Amino acid sequence: MTKESSPKASPHAHSDRFIEATTERSFDASHLAHLYRQMFLIRRVEEESARAYASGKIGGFLHLYIGQEAAGVGALAALRPEDNVVTTYRDHGIAIAKGMTTRALLAELWGKKTGCSQGLGGSMHLFDKAHNMLGGYGIVGGHIPLACGVAFAAKYQQQDRVTLCFFGEGAVSIGGFHEGLSLASLWKLPIVFICENNEYAMGTPLSRTLSVEDVSQKAEAYGIARDRLVVDDVLEVEARVGVAVERARKEQLPTLIELRTYRFRGHSMSDPAKYRTQAELDDHKQRDPLTQARAKLLASKYTEDQLLAIEKSVEEEVADAVKFADDSPEPDLSILAPTTYDGPFAY
Amino acid sequence: MSNMRQLRFREALREAMTEEMDRDERVFLMGEEVGHYQGAYKVTEGMLDRFGSGRVLDTPIAESGFAGIGIGAAMMGLRPIVEFMTWNFSAVAFDQILNNASKVRQMSGGQFNCPIVFRGPNGSAKQVGSQHSTSMEHFYATIPGLKVVAPAFPADAKGLMKAAIRDDNPVVFIESETLYSVKGDVPDNQDAIEFGRAQVVRDGTAATLVAYSRMTHVALEAAAHLAKEGIEVEVVDLRTLRPLDEETIVRSVQKTHRCVVVHEGWSYGGVGAEIADRVQRLAFDWLEAPILRVAQLDVGMPYNAKLEQACIPQPDRVRDTVKRLVFRDG
Repeated sequence: MTKESSPKASPHAHSDRFIEATTERSFDASHLAHLYRQMFLIRRVEEESARAYASGKIGGFLHLYIGQEAAGVGALAALRPEDNVVTTYRDHGIAIAKGMTTRALLAELWGKKTGCSQGLGGSMHLFDKAHNMLGGYGIVGGHIPLACGVAFAAKYQQQDRVTLCFFGEGAVSIGGFHEGLSLASLWKLPIVFICENNEYAMGTPLSRTLSVEDVSQKAEAYGIARDRLVVDDVLEVEARVGVAVERARKEQLPTLIELRTYRFRGHSMSDPAKYRTQAELDDHKQRDPLTQARAKLLASKYTEDQLLAIEKSVEEEVADAVKFADDSPEPDLSILAPTTYDGPFAY
Repeated sequence: MSNMRQLRFREALREAMTEEMDRDERVFLMGEEVGHYQGAYKVTEGMLDRFGSGRVLDTPIAESGFAGIGIGAAMMGLRPIVEFMTWNFSAVAFDQILNNASKVRQMSGGQFNCPIVFRGPNGSAKQVGSQHSTSMEHFYATIPGLKVVAPAFPADAKGLMKAAIRDDNPVVFIESETLYSVKGDVPDNQDAIEFGRAQVVRDGTAATLVAYSRMTHVALEAAAHLAKEGIEVEVVDLRTLRPLDEETIVRSVQKTHRCVVVHEGWSYGGVGAEIADRVQRLAFDWLEAPILRVAQLDVGMPYNAKLEQACIPQPDRVRDTVKRLVFRDG
């Protein structure tokens, strides 16, 4: 395995890069503080969501992003606002990182009219057109060709917008993944495929779902660039995804990136995650990217008080969003027909 | 009065797509063999030369993949026309159509539309066997969020295709291999035809035959036979299945008091069942007989030519069904 000291180094499209620990380099502390705030916000939102689910404010399925925050936040930090994002049903963190307000997110989870999708989408289907958040999708792998279409549209319209498509390692066995990568490569689409490998497809470890342990190798068959890294440092994720984003923007070429990450909660709220050991979970919690980012900030110019102030502002934002969601009205039946068809209802 | 030209069904479709692509740069065409091969059934002949490979895209054999690409592109404001070489192959893209195309507007609370046309030949052809003879419109017509169009004549094919491309919702456009060479009058300035308007294509009083796509021609043939026996039946050509013009159907049944639905594909839970439900609800007091359906026999399509023809609704079977109604005792 090779190590690279700088992500800015010219990437070899098919090099087998797997970096366990990032080599120290200078960084912009205020930028990291911004990303830390996003990650902390996502974690707090997810914790509030878990609580709201337990009290019945949120129904259906709820897939939490706790543990994976640095993957989404780091990846989306490499984007411009006009770039597009398509993801799975584990979409809360991605939506926040793309710019969705905490109010719009929680109101959606609460099923309220003020939610991002007016309470019609729910936890798994978060859309925010103003922020180019093109949705969370609930059929594993089904959104991957769709994301390729979003990238296709940018190319067709000669815009230099890049599309990021997230999915789990559970999606790489289904056809949509392969058809998507195949077409993206054939038609040279400006897209970055990001496999958030959290080691479990629901309750099944990847050793029992994948014949090849290194997911990024799947890129080889389609002749596209690949990268693979462990999500410890949010800045490292941003830099490495940034290389792929620039490849998409400048060369109209896709990349498959495998982000090795870990979810601290079960697949969904109904999953006690008995298929893994406490020791394994503890080991991952020891390496919590949030804790790592916080320590890095403290080692830089940030003081404990400054970080507490950031965290306090997040608490206030979450409390405000919870109250907003609580106080918001529910949608009524009149919303159903006009959101099913644009124009007259076809019956 | 505009001038009429005789066009084949495939030429009418091609003209509609070509005119809309001339008019609107957001419209593009993709599918297997649509470009260099000039279309498996020559519907898209010459379009690659006219519009170039940026707007007429040959795809690999990956229906789920390219249907999904069309959907994503439509969400971004493009207007894709996606050809399935036959609707049978849409089965592997069913998830894309059901879970993405038809639902994205609702899931996004109205933020994203999916203005896309899926089109191709549907139902039986001639001895193409079990896996190439399915009538898929019954599956799609049940899905809210989609519109389903099934013309029988070249002029309607042109007008409805133009409307489909301009529609802001996903449209399933049903064609038939056996209709592609059928000729018909098409006005020079044929414009878009509004969805949800059936046409009475033959007047009569003894019974109403409701049909669409290829089966409209079968119904008309049966009606001609019946006329020789002194039974004048009315034929309603639906043109679109969703929206369904129940008003025209009901008005006809109120006149004839009898209704037979003729369609390809299986009867269980199909378009004919839907029409029967609406007619009995909306015209119960006018009915003098049960509503009957003439559909594909309730088996997969056999290869053997005689068995195949026996499975597909034929004019004879339609005629016999009407006579059972007309001469029904009590």
